[in-house]
Amino acid sequence: MNGIAPRRLLPATMTFVGFLACWQLAVSALGVREYLLPSPLSVLAAMGPGEIPWAKHIWTTAVEILGAFLIAALAGVLLGAAIAWSQAAAGALTPFLVFVNTLPKVAIAPLFLIWLGYGILPNMLIGALIGFFPVVINTAVGLTQIEEDLLDLGRVFNAPKWKVFAKIRMPNAYPYILSALKVTASSAVVGAVVGEFVASQAGLGYVIITTQSSMNTAVAFAALAWISILGLMLFAAVGALSRLLAPWAEVSDA
Amino acid sequence: MTAAHQHRGEASIGLIRVGMVYRTAGGPVEALRDISLDVRRGEFVSLVGPSGCGKSTLLRIVAGLRPATSGAISVDGRPVIEPLSNIGMVFQAPVLLKWRTVLDNVLLPAELAGLGTAGYRERAMELLRLVGLGDFVGKRPHELSGGMQQRASICRALLLDPPLLLMDEPFGALDAMTRDDMNIELLRIWGEDKGAGGARKTILFVTHSIPEAVILSDRVVVMSPRPGSIAAVAAIDLPRPRTVETRASEDFGRLSLAIHRALKLGEGSCASAHRSCVANLGARPMTANRWD
Ligand SMILES: Nc1ncnc2c1ncn2[C@@H]1O[C@H](COP(=O)(O)OP(=O)(O)OP(=O)(O)O)[C@@H](O)[C@H]1O
Ligand SMILES: [Mg+2]
Repeated sequence: MNGIAPRRLLPATMTFVGFLACWQLAVSALGVREYLLPSPLSVLAAMGPGEIPWAKHIWTTAVEILGAFLIAALAGVLLGAAIAWSQAAAGALTPFLVFVNTLPKVAIAPLFLIWLGYGILPNMLIGALIGFFPVVINTAVGLTQIEEDLLDLGRVFNAPKWKVFAKIRMPNAYPYILSALKVTASSAVVGAVVGEFVASQAGLGYVIITTQSSMNTAVAFAALAWISILGLMLFAAVGALSRLLAPWAEVSDA
Repeated sequence: MTAAHQHRGEASIGLIRVGMVYRTAGGPVEALRDISLDVRRGEFVSLVGPSGCGKSTLLRIVAGLRPATSGAISVDGRPVIEPLSNIGMVFQAPVLLKWRTVLDNVLLPAELAGLGTAGYRERAMELLRLVGLGDFVGKRPHELSGGMQQRASICRALLLDPPLLLMDEPFGALDAMTRDDMNIELLRIWGEDKGAGGARKTILFVTHSIPEAVILSDRVVVMSPRPGSIAAVAAIDLPRPRTVETRASEDFGRLSLAIHRALKLGEGSCASAHRSCVANLGARPMTANRWD
């Protein structure tokens, strides 16, 4: 019902096409060398099957991104709920979470690798660490920023605290949580790729790192394109979830 | 006080010198002063008064949602110290859950009270049809007009068939025709045909419409501007059942005018006008004054 109309998509498509056309023209007209800036067409060619086993790398990165996203979402919602549930939990957790959030998380990436070794898990955790904080905050805010009348409604019907939480506060928080999850979606991508930069044997970030020595810039761009496609898919999925879970709050998102 | 209340066993709501002062950032706001009122079981009492005189505040206090800062409140002889259960409350705003359909909103009380919704679905549908929302049960609140949302919230309050209804301007957003129909419907729900006494619900009803207060009520309580106190109480001795024709009667006009005057007087200083208002209205002696 709220699907994106082709009319609304048109200006965005034109911007993209225009950008790619300028890029293509600039590269061929100015004779920029391929290893400095490959043309869109050669990037497109590099994205296809060939020397790079794309499927394997895409799969690795996709699993890391999704894992990072899910861990961040789950941990964020649970911590936010704990903070909203009790004053004591809020007092105990909030300062620590704020402290964790001020750490430069990207700088922690090498430590994760020391502790957990190579593989998918440390990269997931870096992504989760970067992305979970907004979810905590928005969950807590969504659970507590609620019309007094709605809470009175619960009181008049003698509803137990957990029921008010589950049936009134939680749905009230959906739009807040979902808008945080859009941020988390991009953080998960950043975290996964950074983890792969630091140390890995597979993944799109790994592909980019390896092109440094081969000067195969078109492949680096191709990997970048694949990463943004993964990011866009996750972003679109969160958008769909938001339309499903919070159709009344469609106004608040971009 | 408890003894006194047990003595008057028929009182459903008992308010004794109730006062309310809100503590706000800008200093204390006295919303209610010295409200004393008894509402008998099965009685239909309306509150009228200028905006901001504390009508909503009084309903919340009776419901146990806010503690009064002074005075004593009892319902069915028991002091009110926590939110009452088993009452029907219609808030001034519809307060519907945005994420639920109209039907699920109406079923909420059954769910929150842990009664399960299965047994109430039929009743919810019936109530919604009654208020003209039969075709909108699957819609979400934002797809409804303000008046439709209000009617849905009335259905929600009625779902569990509570013996005590607190209604805060429930028909404020309705057009005149629908409002008249809903008035008559409310009288039926109240139990007008059942005769005075226990079979009827007890209703405390806030409205800004004098004709509405007169057509519905056994008594109309006129409140003075903030801090709200009781300026006058008018007994509405019009015969029941009341119909649209009741509005055309001479008595209806006389009572409406008297309440109108009492409101005007209340806008002046009411402390002195207090007794004369009552005299003007030809009301029964006020229970409200018993503690003066
Ligand atoms: N939560 C609150 N905090 C502080 N002051 C309040 C609060 N609620 C109400 N008041 C004040 O108490 C007074 C009475 O408010 P109330 O809502 O009870 O009036 P009302 O008679 O219902 O008015 P209306 O007819 O406009 O609905 C007002 O002056 C209002 O500013
Ligand atoms: Mg009010």
